[in-house]
Amino acid sequence: MPDIQSPLPGTFYHAPSPESEPFKKAGDAVAPEDTIGLVEVMKTFIEVKAEISGTFDGFVAGNAEPVQAGDVLAKVT
Amino acid sequence: MAIRKLLVANRGEIAVRIIRAAQSLGIRTVQAHSEADADMLAVRMADEAVCVGPAPAAQSYLSVPAILAAAEDTGADAIHPGYGFLSENAGFARAVAEAGLAFVGPAADTIERMGDKARARETAIAAGVPVVPGSAGRVEDAATALAAAQEVGFPVLLKAAAGGGGRGIRIAHDADELAQLAPQARSEAQAAFGDGGLYVEKLILNPRHIEVQVLGDGTQAVHCYERECSLQRRRQKVWEEAGAFGLDAQTREALCKSAADLARSVGYSGAGTVEYLYDDASGAFYFIEMNTRIQVEHPVTEMVTGIDLVAEMIRIAGGEALSLTQDQIAVNGHAIEVRVNAEDPLRQFMPFPGKLTSMRLPEGEGVRFDHFLYEGYQIPPFYDSLLGKLIVHAPSRGAAIDKMASALEALELGGLRTTIPLHKALAAEADLRAGRVHTQWLEPWLEAGNLTAATEEA
Repeated sequence: MPDIQSPLPGTFYHAPSPESEPFKKAGDAVAPEDTIGLVEVMKTFIEVKAEISGTFDGFVAGNAEPVQAGDVLAKVT
Repeated sequence: MAIRKLLVANRGEIAVRIIRAAQSLGIRTVQAHSEADADMLAVRMADEAVCVGPAPAAQSYLSVPAILAAAEDTGADAIHPGYGFLSENAGFARAVAEAGLAFVGPAADTIERMGDKARARETAIAAGVPVVPGSAGRVEDAATALAAAQEVGFPVLLKAAAGGGGRGIRIAHDADELAQLAPQARSEAQAAFGDGGLYVEKLILNPRHIEVQVLGDGTQAVHCYERECSLQRRRQKVWEEAGAFGLDAQTREALCKSAADLARSVGYSGAGTVEYLYDDASGAFYFIEMNTRIQVEHPVTEMVTGIDLVAEMIRIAGGEALSLTQDQIAVNGHAIEVRVNAEDPLRQFMPFPGKLTSMRLPEGEGVRFDHFLYEGYQIPPFYDSLLGKLIVHAPSRGAAIDKMASALEALELGGLRTTIPLHKALAAEADLRAGRVHTQWLEPWLEAGNLTAATEEA
C-alpha cells in the first residue's frame, strides 16, 4: 500500500480552507498530479501531490496537525 | 512609571533585539514563547521564560489572554509586542493598559486611527501630508470620472469605491481610454460589490518606496530621517537602505518634516514609520500608511543616526520624554540591510526550515548581524522565514554596497538554504548601484533569470 509522505516539516491540512471539503475522501480516484493536501511551512502553503495513481484510502496525519518531513500523510491503494 | 520587568511577546531576531535593549537599560526580561520555541536564543538570553501555548501562533503569540496571563504570572510591568503578531492590535494594546501594564508602543486609539486606511488618509491630509491625488469621494458617471481624471492628471486608476483586492481596477492613459473603460469598471464593481460607484486615483508609474522613522513621547515628535525600501518581492522588503538615494536636500527635508508633523498631530508615543510612494519623475511623495510599531529594517536608521530606537521606545513607554530634539539628530554615512531568509531563491523561494550545522559571521567595524541563531539550532517551520538581518555602515552608498558584498562572502550558515545568493547577486547589480530601481524592478529581474545567470557565473 503506497504512502504519500510530507516533503517538508510544517502543518498539514486536508482541505484548501477551513470551510472547504477535504481534497480527497476514502474511495476517491487518485491521479499522480492530484493535490491531496497542503503543508504550511513558514507561512507558505505547499501543495502535496499524490505522485501515484490508485484509490484514496484515507488520511494518516490529522488535519491542522504538525508533521515532519517524511511523515506519512495519506494512503493510496 | 519606570519599567522594571519587561515581557517580550514575540520571537526570533526581534525578541533578541528587544532583550539586548532592555538589558542596556538595566530592565529584567521575561521571554514569552510557544512550545515549539522553547530552545530559541531569546529564551536562553532572557532572565526568565514562560510558555504561552502550543506551536500555532493563534494559540500562543496571538493569544491575548495567554500573553496577559504570562505577564501577570511573572510580575512583568510592561509588554513589548515587537513587529507582526499583536504589535498593531488595538484591542491588545487596550487590554494591556487596562491590566495596569505599560504597552511599548502608541495608545490603542492611535493604533486604531492609523490602522484604518480612510481615517489615516484624512489624518494625513489634516496634518498637511501629501496623499495620492484622487477624486473627491465616489464618482457615478463617465463625465464626473473624466473631470476628476483631468484634475489629478493622466494616467489614472479606476477603482471600485466599495472594493478591495484589486477587482474592478482599470488603468486609463487618456480621455478616450477612460470613456471606454469607465462603464466596464462600473459594471464589474456592480457585479463584485453590488455598488457601481468608482474612485479615480492618480497612477504613479514605477514608484519608489521611501519611509520615515519617527519617535514621539505623546507631546513632542521627531523624525530620524528616511529609508529606501524599493526592492520588494511579493510586497516583502528584501534590501533596505538609509537614506534614500538621489533625493535633493529640500525634498528630503519636506518629506521627513511631514512625517514628524503627522506623528505630532496624533500625539504619537513610541517608534513609528510613515510610508510614502515617491515618484522619481516628478520628485513628489505621497503618504501611503503609518506603521505603529518598530519595523524589521530599523537597524539601518540606527546605524546612520546612532540612536538605539528600541531602547528609546522602551524609555518612552516607561514615561520618559524624548531624549533628543530634532536638531540633535543627524545622518552620518550610509547603511544597508539585507534580509537573510530560510528560503531557496533558486527554487521559487521555497521555505527551508533546516538545522543550522555551522555558522560563520562577518566581523569588523560597521558590520552587524541581528539574528537568533546558534549552531545546532533547528529552525521551526511554524513561523516566518526570517533568520537574520545583515547590516553594514560606510561613509558613502558605494562603499556600503562594497562592504555588503564582502560581508556576504564572509557569512556562512551551514546546512540551510538561504537568500544569501540573491543578495550577493544584487550587490553586484549595476542598476542597483546606479539607483535605477523602484518597487516594480525586482520581480521582473528575477523572472528574467538574472539570479540563475549570476549564480552560474559565480
